[in-house]
Amino acid sequence: MTGALAAGWLLAAGTAALPAGVYLAGVRIRADGGRTWPPGRTASWLLGCLLVGAALAPPLEAAATRAPGHMVQHLLLGAAAPLALVLGAPVTLLLGTLGPTARRPVAAVLHARALRVLAHPATGAVLAVGGLYLLYLTPLYALSTRSGPVHALVHGHLLAAGSLFAWAVAGPDPAPRRPGTGVRVAVVVAAGGAHAVLAQLLYARAGELPPGAGLTAGEVQAAAQVMYHGGHLVDLALVTALFAARYRRRWRSASRRDVRGRRGSEAVARAG
Amino acid sequence: MAGARGGYPQGVTAAVPPVLPRRAARRRSLLTGAMLGVAVMAAADVVVFHLLLGWHHFYDRSTTSVGLLSDGLLQTGYLVLLVAGAFRLADARRAGTLARRSAVAGFVTGLGAFQLFDGLVDHKLLRLHQVRYGVELLPYDVAWIGASLLLLVTGVGLTLATRAEGREEG
Repeated sequence: MTGALAAGWLLAAGTAALPAGVYLAGVRIRADGGRTWPPGRTASWLLGCLLVGAALAPPLEAAATRAPGHMVQHLLLGAAAPLALVLGAPVTLLLGTLGPTARRPVAAVLHARALRVLAHPATGAVLAVGGLYLLYLTPLYALSTRSGPVHALVHGHLLAAGSLFAWAVAGPDPAPRRPGTGVRVAVVVAAGGAHAVLAQLLYARAGELPPGAGLTAGEVQAAAQVMYHGGHLVDLALVTALFAARYRRRWRSASRRDVRGRRGSEAVARAG
Repeated sequence: MAGARGGYPQGVTAAVPPVLPRRAARRRSLLTGAMLGVAVMAAADVVVFHLLLGWHHFYDRSTTSVGLLSDGLLQTGYLVLLVAGAFRLADARRAGTLARRSAVAGFVTGLGAFQLFDGLVDHKLLRLHQVRYGVELLPYDVAWIGASLLLLVTGVGLTLATRAEGREEG
């Protein structure tokens, strides 16, 4: 194994292991305090860490020099991993693990006015999908294949923007003034639509886009189809997470009402 | 489904007033079925004709830019319909307010409605792609639109035939 390859594996493993370890430590602290944590959330977070690690591991990095491989990497980093991470509810875990004094600065950040704008699903959508338009329609993509730091920056942006979007839309973690289901669904449809249009644009102008990348038309067309269908798969998961959370919330409050002698379908009748 | 017929939650007797009138429950079941019908046919279109058979093209040169944008939005919209419909179905089943035969009627109507829309608007008006390439198109279009009309007529027939599910008892 060459040094560069070993370093690549080490980087991928470290990037996955560090957040996984911190999270597990948090779950452990809770357990020591006698409080449980849903195992599904832990599993989701670990899956997210694994997906990030897989996306950065040498085999996929090597495949990513070809356009379709790059697209798989971008779907993992920018969409699949963020959703899995967000469903792990890391902020809820953090708040529950910290003591009352340590919790205060975290709560202050959550209540900051700036976060309110950042936490709107539309902001996440623009950062995530707008970032892709910037990447594929400008020479940025070509630059990212030549410069290591730009490459890393693009990956960081994909992961961060994707996580912001998934959290704003579906996250079990609290968000300041999260808009209602209708607004969030509308933003997902607009973002998914814009993602699909970009994929079709790349397909239609495969000879010229991304500018300066020197990719063959066939390669870009294959990548565009991965982007199109993969994007829809991730949208499906995102929308399912959104509706599942709503369904659980509704029936939980309905069963609470049952205890008080009223019936669950009333909640359904009103909420429908 | 005895508990569902009067719009009562399962296990609740008539001592508790019905929380969702049968008419409303039926209308909601019809709509849920239609949402799922549209979404399932849209998904079948992508999986069967685009991915498996490769008849439909991902994009063809005569696609208009309006067509491109609306296709992008519609495809995501169908996903939302699929998921929203599935959770509405689960909700209604759990609340015991699912009018099952009406839901089926809505489902068949939705299947036909999507296919007719796809055949007329997507293929002909927006020219996203054609049914198949390199063949005489007319028989394919006739079969496509004919099948959609057959489904639609069946769906409307079932909708009329299941009206009783919406009548209040007694």
